[in-house]
Amino acid sequence: MTDATAGGMSAGPDRRSASLLTADPLMRRRNAAETRFRLYGVAAIMISLSMLFIMLWTIFSDGVSAFRQTSLTMAVTLDAERLDPQGNRARDDMMKVTTIGYTNLLNDALKSYMEARGIDTGEVSDRELSAFISRDTPAQLRNQVIANPDMLGQTIEVKGFATGRIDGYFKGRVTRETAQVDTNISVAQLELADQMREAGILTVGFNWKFLTNTDASDQRPEAAGLGIAIIGSAYMMLLVAVFVLPIGVAASIYLEEFAPKNRWTDLIEVNISNLAAVPSIVYGILGLAIFINFAKFPQSSPLVGALVLTLMTLPTIIIATRAAIRAVPPSIRDAALGIGASKMQTVFHHVLPLAAPGILTGTILGLASALGETAPLLLIGMVAFVANYPSGPLEGGMLEPATALPVQVYSWASRSDPAFIERSSGAIIVLLAFLLVMNIIAIVLRRRFERRW
Amino acid sequence: MPDIRAGDFLMSVFILILALLVIGLAGFVLCRARAVASVQGNVRQLHSLPGYHGWHGFIMGVLPGLAVLVLWVIAQPMVIERNLSNYFPTAQFEDAAQRTLLMADVRRVAAGLDTAVARGAMNAEESVTLSTDTGSVRDRLASVGVALGAEVTPQVLEAAQAYRAQAATGALWRTVLTLAVAGVAFLWALRLTQGEFRARNRVETVILGLLMLASTIAILTTIGIVLSMLSETIRFASMYPIADFFFGLTWSPNFQGNSELGLLPLLWGTLYISLVAMIVAVPIGLFTAIYLAEYASARVRSVVKPLIEIIAGIPTVVFGLFALVTVGPLIRDWLAVPSGLGSSGSSVMTAGLVIGILNIPFISSLADDIINAVPQSLRDGSYGMGATRSETVRQVILPAALPGIVGAVLLAASRAIGETMIVTMGAGAAARLDLNPFEAMTTITVKIVSQLTGDTEFNSPETLVAFALGMTLFVITLGLNVFALYIVRKYREQYE
Repeated sequence: MTDATAGGMSAGPDRRSASLLTADPLMRRRNAAETRFRLYGVAAIMISLSMLFIMLWTIFSDGVSAFRQTSLTMAVTLDAERLDPQGNRARDDMMKVTTIGYTNLLNDALKSYMEARGIDTGEVSDRELSAFISRDTPAQLRNQVIANPDMLGQTIEVKGFATGRIDGYFKGRVTRETAQVDTNISVAQLELADQMREAGILTVGFNWKFLTNTDASDQRPEAAGLGIAIIGSAYMMLLVAVFVLPIGVAASIYLEEFAPKNRWTDLIEVNISNLAAVPSIVYGILGLAIFINFAKFPQSSPLVGALVLTLMTLPTIIIATRAAIRAVPPSIRDAALGIGASKMQTVFHHVLPLAAPGILTGTILGLASALGETAPLLLIGMVAFVANYPSGPLEGGMLEPATALPVQVYSWASRSDPAFIERSSGAIIVLLAFLLVMNIIAIVLRRRFERRW
Repeated sequence: MPDIRAGDFLMSVFILILALLVIGLAGFVLCRARAVASVQGNVRQLHSLPGYHGWHGFIMGVLPGLAVLVLWVIAQPMVIERNLSNYFPTAQFEDAAQRTLLMADVRRVAAGLDTAVARGAMNAEESVTLSTDTGSVRDRLASVGVALGAEVTPQVLEAAQAYRAQAATGALWRTVLTLAVAGVAFLWALRLTQGEFRARNRVETVILGLLMLASTIAILTTIGIVLSMLSETIRFASMYPIADFFFGLTWSPNFQGNSELGLLPLLWGTLYISLVAMIVAVPIGLFTAIYLAEYASARVRSVVKPLIEIIAGIPTVVFGLFALVTVGPLIRDWLAVPSGLGSSGSSVMTAGLVIGILNIPFISSLADDIINAVPQSLRDGSYGMGATRSETVRQVILPAALPGIVGAVLLAASRAIGETMIVTMGAGAAARLDLNPFEAMTTITVKIVSQLTGDTEFNSPETLVAFALGMTLFVITLGLNVFALYIVRKYREQYE
């Protein structure tokens, strides 16, 4: 390399005469290459960050509207003859009037209410008018009336959801142009919807039911909510934390503090690092084969979901916990051993408390990744439609079918009605909010308690 | 409703565990008090601190009982299954596949009877004496809301009744034996407890054992993964020619039979999508890492690095929705349709692009670590020779970091191959051997999901193929990981 300057770098005959301060053509080329290289780096960062922002922005702009919902308010006379034909207010007899009976009642009520308010329905036929009322409303009303038969005969104010298309019109998803090609909605209906909104029959407000309602069938996206998904995810996170923290800490302590250096320990280490990289869907297959098929645990239950997620997050949590334990300096151990503590006392009384913030941070981050995991839960049946809330955690609710937030995102995204895409994005907002909170807790823990030795 | 049965079983076991914990708590309190009393309150005369005597009592109260309980729960189904063999012809019971089906029937009928009794539609005596002579059992159970697939044969009904009886006795003995063992161990611990007793040593031995047990869960998980997939894959191989699976060019499952279950179209889709993903992720991730490691100031780095890592923290289902709603239609309307190459929103391009974005932070943070691990002396030497920064990166740092970067790329590729949600939502479901990246194709993971979702009766090749696919996926990703870790480890040794 001694002749590098002489042979390699001098490119032209005028090289020797040029000043150091003015760049010769070679230097200019090299500098241009330098700038280009640097720009590639900036461009790479710009591309990845802009992708992140575009993704978050589209999800948010699609999903925020899920938190607002159009409601339809009208006065309804609960005609006793129609809702209780036997006239005896007996529960069993009233149950015989199906939702269809209530639907018809509400349709007629809306028609007469519009007449009473002086709104001309114009070209909108009776059938099209009834398409304003969500299919959820009659079912709700029926439950109310059966629970409280005294309501019969009274005129009450019923507030229910408007159907997804009308709701979409006020949110900008449905426009007059799309209505012309849509068989489910007509331009006349949209014009009527404008009038009804002015009259205060249709109102748009914050939608708490999105967070509390159960999932709803394909025909009524407006009534679908995240209630069961949130409960299911909460149960799973609770169980995963209960399973993963003791097992992860125990395994890490053993491997860091007690394990002799031998083949068995090596085998465990290799296993842990490989398990951390196994695709998550493989854990779903494991859960299906072992927990559901072999051990006969109930399908779709948070318990099975939690077991699968525990096995999945365990390797990452062990890796984080071991790093936290390793960060405690040996001098602490030596001091404890020096004043007569046993090895076990040293670990549990001194090392573990000092490593606790790091362990907790790692565990919370592990839980956060478990909360967003979808694929293994699909295989253990959590994608099935669940109509009833699971019971409380002490009444065996963790053994009853439930669903989870990311699974709900998936199952809504695979439905055909575009109103469900809005729901799906809304569910992501809720999911990301939970993840954000968990990450903030982890960061605060780290900032507040982490020691540098 | 087999759920009710499983739920009841888990509840009773849960209550038994609670009872054991109560015994353990009593053991803690009593043993501790007895130890203190044995030295007239002068704690310094004890070999172990009072707390250790207490924990010894707790462990003796809980662990032996728990061990009995676990063994019993594992053994009971096997014993009952063997006892039921005399209800069926021997030939039927010898064949493993038939036996599984029969036992599933027996369990379903037994669970049906349980449900009927639980709902008050049948009294306990009736459920025992019920026989097929007095009419269809299926209709009888259907009338109380328990749906059965096929008509119940007399043998199955008798076996189910025997099953219920034995399960009930089993549950009774389980409770009695568990509590008895726990009680005996508890009394023994109480007897042992006195001043000189080495409680701490015993407690620490038990704790060490528990720690060791926890660390073997990683191995048990691997064994569980391999066994669960291997056994079902072998069953699949007995129903479907395995050579046709590995070398078949058509994938058309048909639940009526006559399916063609060729792996190659799925493997092609998987590799093609991963290739697109790597073409996106490797340059962007690598340049990001180079910029952050070599050019960025500390302030820029402290802002950009966490932002990039946010991408890694976002659940994959979010990327899936992004592919489905935004990227797919965009690629279709601006690239595929104008160039006349396709008209499908879900395509190799869509899924590959989005998986690529997902993998950027993975590659960039691994590569960042590797670049930072290159010794500063190499850079200094290069700068001293008059090289510019980019020349140093290209000619000194990257060659030095190459093995590590290859390892990182392989790890990222294994993640792309195993990715499920993005391909499920963005790549489509049509198995196709095609070069056009704007066509919908499908992957191994998509087919695992679609063959297994909502299905728990594994007796047709169409469902069992999912396990063979899972096994293939596991082997591919494991191979890539082991290879990548080997390369990374070998490289690290050079500078340490």
